Amino acid sequence: MSGFLQNTFNGLVGGAFYALLALGLAVIFGMLRVVNFAHGAFYMLGAFGAYVLLAEAGVPFWAALVIMPLALGLLGMVLERAVIHRLTRLDPLYNFLLTFGLTLILQDLVKSRYGVQSSPYATPAGLTGSVDFGLFDFPAYRVFILGFTVLLCVAVWWVLGRTRIGMVVRAATERPELTRAFGIDVGKWVTPVFGFGIALAGLAGVLAAPMRAVNPLMGADLIIVVFAVVVIGGLGSIFGSVAAGFGIGLIQAWGEAYLSDYPLVSQTVVFVVMAAVLLWRPAGLFGREEAPA
Amino acid sequence: MNMRRSVGVAAASAAALLVAGCGGGGPQSGGDSKLTGDKIVLGVLNDQSGAYSELSGRNSVKAVEMAIADFKAKHGDDAVTKNISVETADHQNKPDVANSKAQEMYDRKGVDAILDVPTSSAALKVADVAKEKKKLYFNIGAATTDLTGKSCNRYTFHYAYDTYMLAHGTGTVTTEQVGKNWYILYPNYAFGQDMEKSFSAAIGAAGGQVVGKDGAPFPNTSGDYSSFLLKAPTLNPKPQVLGTMQAGAELVNVVKQYNEFKLREKGVGLAVGLMFITDIHSLTPAALAGTTYTDAWYWNFDQQNREWADRFQSETGTRPSFAHAANYSAAMQYLEAVQAAGSDDADAVVKELEGKEVNDLFLRNGKIRAEDHRVVHDAYLAQVKPQAEVKEPWDYVKILKTIPAAEAFRAPSADCKL
Repeated sequence: MSGFLQNTFNGLVGGAFYALLALGLAVIFGMLRVVNFAHGAFYMLGAFGAYVLLAEAGVPFWAALVIMPLALGLLGMVLERAVIHRLTRLDPLYNFLLTFGLTLILQDLVKSRYGVQSSPYATPAGLTGSVDFGLFDFPAYRVFILGFTVLLCVAVWWVLGRTRIGMVVRAATERPELTRAFGIDVGKWVTPVFGFGIALAGLAGVLAAPMRAVNPLMGADLIIVVFAVVVIGGLGSIFGSVAAGFGIGLIQAWGEAYLSDYPLVSQTVVFVVMAAVLLWRPAGLFGREEAPA
Repeated sequence: MNMRRSVGVAAASAAALLVAGCGGGGPQSGGDSKLTGDKIVLGVLNDQSGAYSELSGRNSVKAVEMAIADFKAKHGDDAVTKNISVETADHQNKPDVANSKAQEMYDRKGVDAILDVPTSSAALKVADVAKEKKKLYFNIGAATTDLTGKSCNRYTFHYAYDTYMLAHGTGTVTTEQVGKNWYILYPNYAFGQDMEKSFSAAIGAAGGQVVGKDGAPFPNTSGDYSSFLLKAPTLNPKPQVLGTMQAGAELVNVVKQYNEFKLREKGVGLAVGLMFITDIHSLTPAALAGTTYTDAWYWNFDQQNREWADRFQSETGTRPSFAHAANYSAAMQYLEAVQAAGSDDADAVVKELEGKEVNDLFLRNGKIRAEDHRVVHDAYLAQVKPQAEVKEPWDYVKILKTIPAAEAFRAPSADCKL
C-alpha cells in the first residue's frame, strides 16, 4: 500500500512538470495559434539560468525561482514582438520552422559556453530532508514541487476564470475571431500571454534543476512527451493540458513501477494514450472541435 | 589512386625490410624517409559536441598533440620524421557517420592511425573500416568487448577499458567488501545490457547474488528513476548495493534521485558501472561520496600522473579523464612503433606492437597482447571522497586497490581470430 502511494505521489510530481509546460503551450497556442517548439529550450534555460546564477553570482534557489521566470518572460515578449508575430498570419509551417530553429540556436549557445556536461545543482537548503506521511515518507523537495505547482495551477485557473483579463484570454484562446468581433483588442494581449507561457516553462526549469540533470538537451528530451500531453488534453484547452499533464505523469509512474519487466511500456504509454484519445475524441479530452474555416 | 597507394605501401615495406636488414642502421628523416609522403598523420575521431565530448572530445586531440610534442623532443634529429600532424572529425556517436569519416580519414586525409572513437556501435564500424583498408586503429573511448572478441582484427587495438574490466573490478570488489546482494539498474540498450550481463557474472563469481534487476527506458525522456529507487529497499532479501549502469546525464539523474530518496541512509550503497572524472565534477563529489567504481587511470595517483595532468590543465583548463591519458599513450606507442619499424607500413607497425610490454604514463605493467590486441594494464578500484576530504578541485577520489593487469582484463577470447 505504502509503495503504491509513493509511486502515485511520484507520478503526480512528474506530472507537475508536464502540467506546467503544457499549460504554457496551451495558452500560447490558444492565443497565437503558434505551436511553440522552443518551449523545451526555455525550460532548459530556466534550469541553466538557475545554475549560472548560483555558480557565478551566488544567487540561491528561491531568488532564481523569481528571477528566471521574469527574465525569460521578458525575453519571450521580445522574441514575440521581434519575430514570431510577423509569421502568425502565414502558413503554420513557418512558425514551426522558426521556433524549431530557435531551439537549436538556444541549445547551441548554451552548449558553446558551458559544454554538454551536466551542471551541478544541489537541493535547496531547508528542503533536503523528507516528510513523514505516516504510511510512507517522501523527499521534502518533491512535496514542495507538488504543492507549489498545484497552487500555481489553481492561481492561474482563478485568474483566468474570475478576472477580466482572464475572460479576455479565455475568449480569445477559444474563439479568437468571435472575440475580435465583439470589439476586444485581442492583439494587445498576445505579447504578454506569450511571455507568460514562456515564464511558466522557465519556472518548470528552475524547479527541475535540483532533481534532474541540468544540461543543454534536457528540454529536447522532455518536450516530445509534453506535446503528446497537450494533444491528449485538447490543443488550446487550459484545463485539459493540466489534467492530462498530471494524468500522464501518474500513468508513467505506475507503468514503471508495475510493468518494469516491459520497460518500453512506460515510454510508449503516453503515445498509445494519445492515439486512443484521438480516435475517440479527435479534438482531445477537453478540446472543442473548431468549426471548419 | 588505390594503385598508387599500393605501390607506395609496397615501396615502403620493401624499404623497411632493407633498413631492418642493415641492422641498426636506423631510420633517417629527410628526403629518403620510408614514410608515405614523408609524414605521419594521426586521426582523432570522436564525439565533439554530444554526450561524450567532455570526457574525450577536443581535449583528446590536445592529448595527442602533447604526445607528438614529447615524441619529437625525445628523438630530436633521430625522429623518423618531424612532419607529424593531427586530423580530427566529429562522429556524433553515429555508426554511419563514424564509418564515412573513418574512410575519409584513411583515404583522403592520409591518416595512418585513427584514435579514440567512443560509442561501441561507432567503434565497431571503424574497426571494419580499419580491417578493410589495412590501416591502424586504436580504440580508446568504447567499452564493448567485441572489439577484442568476435569483431577483432589485425589492425585494431583496444586500449583503456572494456565492460569486463569495469564489471570485474567494481562487481567483484564491491561484492567482497560492501555487500553480497545487488539490485542492478541499467539503460535498456546494447551497452547497458552488456554491462548488466558482465556485472551479474562478476557478482556471482564473487559469491554474491543479484536480487533484482531492471532495464530502465533509454533514453529516459522523463528523467525520473523514482519508481526503481523506491523499489530497491523493498526487495527481499534487501540489496546492500544499487549498481547503476547509466552513463552521462542519465547517471546524473540516477544519483541525484538516489540522494533525494536517501537510499544510502536506508542501507543501500551505490556502485557505478562506468564513471569518468568529468561525471564526478558535474555531480559534485558530495552527491557521490562513498560511491565505488573502476577507474582505468587517475590523474592524482602518483607524481608522474600529476605532472602530466598539470601540463594538460595548462593547455586545456581542466583535469584529464582516463580517456585523455589513454589517447596520449596510444599516440605515443604508435609513434614509437613507427620509429622502431622505421616505416609507417601498417603490417610492420603491428609487428612492433604485438606482445610489447610497456610502462608509460597510462599503461602500468602494460602489455599489448598479440593474441587479440587487447592492451592490458593495471586498473584501479576507486572511491569518491567525502566532501571534507576534497582539498583541491578535481581531486575527488581515493584509490582503494590496484587491480593487477593480469586480473583486470579477461583472457583472450576464443571468438577472436586475427
